Amino acid sequence: MIANLSPGLILIVGALLVPFLPGRLRYVYMLALPVLGGLQLAGLEHGAYGQTEIFGYTLTLLRVDALSVVFGTIFLIAAFLNVIYGMHERAPMQEVAALVYAGSAISAVFAGDMITLFVFWEMTAISSVFLIWASRTEAAYRAGMRYLIIQVGSGVILLAGVILYANATGSIAFDYLGVNGLATVLILIAFGIKSAFPLLHNWLQDAYPEATVTGTVVLSAFTTKLAIYALARAFPGTEALIYIGAIMTAFPVFFAVIENDLRRVLAFSLNNQLGFMVAGIGVGTPLALNGAISHAFVHIIYKSLLFMSMGAVLHRTGTIKASELGGLVRSMPLTTVFCIIGAASISAFPLFSGFIAKSLTLSATAEGGYVIAWLVLVFASAGVLEHSGIKIPYFAFFAHDSGIRCKEAPPNMLIAMGIAAFLCIAIGVYPAPLYAMLPYVVEYEPYTTTHVLTQLQLLFFAMLAFALLVRTGLYPAELPSVNLNTDWIYRKALPVLIRRIALLIERLRTGTLDRLQRRLERFISQVYRHHGPEGLMARTWTTGGTVLWVALLLGGYLIFFYL
Amino acid sequence: MNQPDTPPPDRNGHWIFRRRTIDGAFWGLVLICALLALVELVYHRHTVFAFEGFPVAYGIYGFVCFAGIVFAGKGLRKVIMRDEDYYDR
Repeated sequence: MIANLSPGLILIVGALLVPFLPGRLRYVYMLALPVLGGLQLAGLEHGAYGQTEIFGYTLTLLRVDALSVVFGTIFLIAAFLNVIYGMHERAPMQEVAALVYAGSAISAVFAGDMITLFVFWEMTAISSVFLIWASRTEAAYRAGMRYLIIQVGSGVILLAGVILYANATGSIAFDYLGVNGLATVLILIAFGIKSAFPLLHNWLQDAYPEATVTGTVVLSAFTTKLAIYALARAFPGTEALIYIGAIMTAFPVFFAVIENDLRRVLAFSLNNQLGFMVAGIGVGTPLALNGAISHAFVHIIYKSLLFMSMGAVLHRTGTIKASELGGLVRSMPLTTVFCIIGAASISAFPLFSGFIAKSLTLSATAEGGYVIAWLVLVFASAGVLEHSGIKIPYFAFFAHDSGIRCKEAPPNMLIAMGIAAFLCIAIGVYPAPLYAMLPYVVEYEPYTTTHVLTQLQLLFFAMLAFALLVRTGLYPAELPSVNLNTDWIYRKALPVLIRRIALLIERLRTGTLDRLQRRLERFISQVYRHHGPEGLMARTWTTGGTVLWVALLLGGYLIFFYL
Repeated sequence: MNQPDTPPPDRNGHWIFRRRTIDGAFWGLVLICALLALVELVYHRHTVFAFEGFPVAYGIYGFVCFAGIVFAGKGLRKVIMRDEDYYDR
């Protein structure tokens, strides 16, 4: 253990060496980095370290408490699994970006002040965009640009909020803030963008599915959960979050039903899961906060697992469109099993990890008396089952046989998926160690007969609905398509509007110029008519006529003079 | 393109895709649902809200929500579905 060293910095600094290491040594080294980070974290007592004074403000590089340790731990586990999952390819840029990104997220979690938080907040944005660009397609480049603008924008809003806050209070400490005035509202919006609040969400579904096979798995773990951590730290018990969270759980399910790109379906599902956490933070009781935090913990594992399984499908078949897939269980039986374990976990089947986390949030919401929010959350639980529990495994591995025959996923992918699947079941069966890590001391027993029975009823009757819809042909077919979302505003409406305005300005400009030119021409022709070679004014006058005009003028002058 | 209905019977293919397997899974599911509903005759669930006490409340809610989501999705398609190259045009 090195004093004052954030576990995240081990990954960030360590990543810089990665491109220079050969072959196997590189993988051993990359695996060692999160392990070293974990050892460093294990050696740290709770407290604040690495404090420095700058311009009268105290920077705290490393603040270790129960909340930061939970998130730091799961981020390190995710970073470790990601390294294994990416081992089949040699992609130095992606490897460095993934480690710097993970390290930044971990460092942000351990930041004790908002300036340090801001720095690592922006570093997660900048490092992660390379995971999207690593696809090296035009679509990925454009999606990456949109992603970067929104992510960096979130950081700028955060900084604005922090400056206002520091000005008003003289403190930059990152603790409970609550919503009270412009400064904290700005900070909440910054967190809201990164945790994909409704209408601020679409960067997620836009960008994540464009990243590489490994990149999407890496992306799914960190950015949004960093924002959840920040919300849990600064805004617990903010009632608006209950309803924001409830909306977040509900609206993506409709989009997920009709989405054809299965990684995009998972991105919608990610949005839905974040809603449960946001709602839990909004309820703000110790039980609800424990629910949100444990949900983030298990969610990172099963969401990674689902993205890993879909990544394996994309890697082997070259497509991830539901309309082109089906029947892959014959070629990829292990991937199928792992995917189903992830699907069962996210759907919160008893004995799987989602159940032991989501139950806390649902119980806390019910106990708080938030009837409508609770009904929406239970509705959304059926929605999760629809798109993540059934649609993902069903259309990739079962449904009709697409005729695709491919190899099983590479061994490293299977190992990563195997570990994640093991953790999903282990935590689901034996949640005590996870509960012990949570920041609040709450007695909670997820496996009561009522809990298990109600959850099984909800899930199995929903599955029955699916089976009936499929048997009667009412379930909508998967269609190659694009579905509009809020990104339509800046991908279609604004460009079209700007093009129209430009056209209008161009027309006005040419119209005005044309009119001016025509007037000028008429003026010139008038002048030419009077003063040109044949013009009245240009004619040669006779001497007599001229003398007559001069005499008249002089006469007129004389008359005026005497008047 | 995938067919929305069940895959065609495949007697000689992989056992998972055979009609018998699919029918078996369906009736198995019906049986599980029936059992989960019948459990309520002998076990009284704990409730927080009064409406939770309605017989098989969670099962009915799950079924209705699921079907509702699917039909709403179908309706949503009419509004927001575009060709795949929509943004490239």
